[in-house]
Amino acid sequence: MAERDDYIIVVKDVHKYFHNVQALKGVSLSIKPGKVVVIIGPSGSGKSTLLRCINHLEVPTSGEIWVAGQRLTTNQKQLNRIRTDIGMVFQLFNLFPHLTVLENVTLAQKVVRGRSDAEAREIAMEQLRRVGIPEKANSYPGQLSGGQQQRVAIARALAMNPKIMLFDEPTSALDPEMIKEVLDVMLDLAREGMTMVCVTHEMGFARAAADEVIFMDDGLIVEHSTPQDLFNNPQHERTKLFLSQILQH
Amino acid sequence: MFKSSEVERRREEAALALESTTEIPLRRDALADRLNRFPWWFVALVVIMITAYVIIFTNPNFTQALSFIIAGLRFTIITALTSYGIALCFGLLAGLGRISGSPFFNNLATLYVEIVRGIPMLVLIFFIAFVGVPAVMGALNAFGNLLLDQGIRLGAPLARLNNQSVSMSVRAIIALAVAYGAFLAEVFRAGIQSIGRGQMEAARSLGMSYAQAMRYVILPQAIRNVLPALGNEFVAMVKDTSLVSVLAVRDITQIARLYAGRTFRFPEAYMTLAVLYLTLTVVLSLFVRLLERRMRTDG
Repeated sequence: MAERDDYIIVVKDVHKYFHNVQALKGVSLSIKPGKVVVIIGPSGSGKSTLLRCINHLEVPTSGEIWVAGQRLTTNQKQLNRIRTDIGMVFQLFNLFPHLTVLENVTLAQKVVRGRSDAEAREIAMEQLRRVGIPEKANSYPGQLSGGQQQRVAIARALAMNPKIMLFDEPTSALDPEMIKEVLDVMLDLAREGMTMVCVTHEMGFARAAADEVIFMDDGLIVEHSTPQDLFNNPQHERTKLFLSQILQH
Repeated sequence: MFKSSEVERRREEAALALESTTEIPLRRDALADRLNRFPWWFVALVVIMITAYVIIFTNPNFTQALSFIIAGLRFTIITALTSYGIALCFGLLAGLGRISGSPFFNNLATLYVEIVRGIPMLVLIFFIAFVGVPAVMGALNAFGNLLLDQGIRLGAPLARLNNQSVSMSVRAIIALAVAYGAFLAEVFRAGIQSIGRGQMEAARSLGMSYAQAMRYVILPQAIRNVLPALGNEFVAMVKDTSLVSVLAVRDITQIARLYAGRTFRFPEAYMTLAVLYLTLTVVLSLFVRLLERRMRTDG
């Protein structure tokens, strides 16, 4: 157990099948608190599935997931409790379109954390200031640009005071000119010592912020090392091929 | 790379440019187009209804029929409203069951919907009024007597229940509610399924339970999406209240039949009846259209 206490996330030999398709073929991974881990790889390599297994949005077919010393089960009460410690940011933002920005950020605080309206508002405004859009508190998501929406989504997750943040291709649906504003927020978060697991195609972010980079292909972790080693001196042919293809342009 | 304010400014400019190009002056063909698309049917409908009302209010035989039949309007409206209210509850529960991951609730809800959809409304009304309600009353009565035999006095009100305890009006309301609950279940199911998976995932990832996610995130959006459909179902229900006249309750259809039977003035009775239903449904449909339009402009 000592080993598990050192790590905030432990993934042990996780397999995941979708009907007959095997998305994960035995993935193991341990992440220490405060580390920023970036997962890269071609589409269909299982990187999003791995991320979604960590908070059990996908339940692994076999294998174990441990978060903050607890093994995740399909017990809904336990899952709800653990998920409050794991913030998640999605590719398509998934803001609640019928609620204002402020309500988006306060809803879960109130119904899950049981915070009072005033307290939830205060925390929400603090987080909205942190991501740089407090002035949009009373707008609806539909009135915001993609970059602003994604920053609200980050604020919504942060307002729950998570120990871990998961990012599932947070900039893939954004116009190029809005990617930076989201990456800046993520960089700040990384500097503040948040434990982060990011699936992204932003190699610049990986170089600048990541402590570890994982390259996945075909449901397996092919290579796992520091960004310097992985980008400058990849060990596997598959990694070299992938990097040469994405860094060509 | 632009700052976000710069992006917004550009967007506004683009929006303004778009607006000015869409302001095309009405040309001849545009006018013809408008005339072709004008809802002439609605004008005709209004003319027909006004003519009918003129006939009804100028011809004493029609006026008499109206004043006789209109006594049932209260019953028709109350039946429609109460049944619809109950049907909304049945429908929401069954709709949630239809999308539930639990095999038990899923099958239960599907069974309900399929049974109701497989029986003609008229037969369903007969069945609930003359088989369903008496059977439930009999069961409750037996249960009450059982409690009394055990010396439990709470059983007394149940033991007094019999076939006459539930009036035909109430049976009519129950029958319509059961039938429309199944239709509304499908409306709610479609509404919930129209909300993207990401909404549920986002809510669950914040630690909300399935029920909390449904209540605060999914249902508010789903219900908003299906409001026009719910309105249309209400219009349909108002029409279907005419079927409960087979239970000899005093709705406008039953009263019109009584009037026709007694006076042999069939045209007066049934034309007046038809105009009354048409008035109700046209007014309600207008509200639904208004609602649809408002929702479209709200985005």
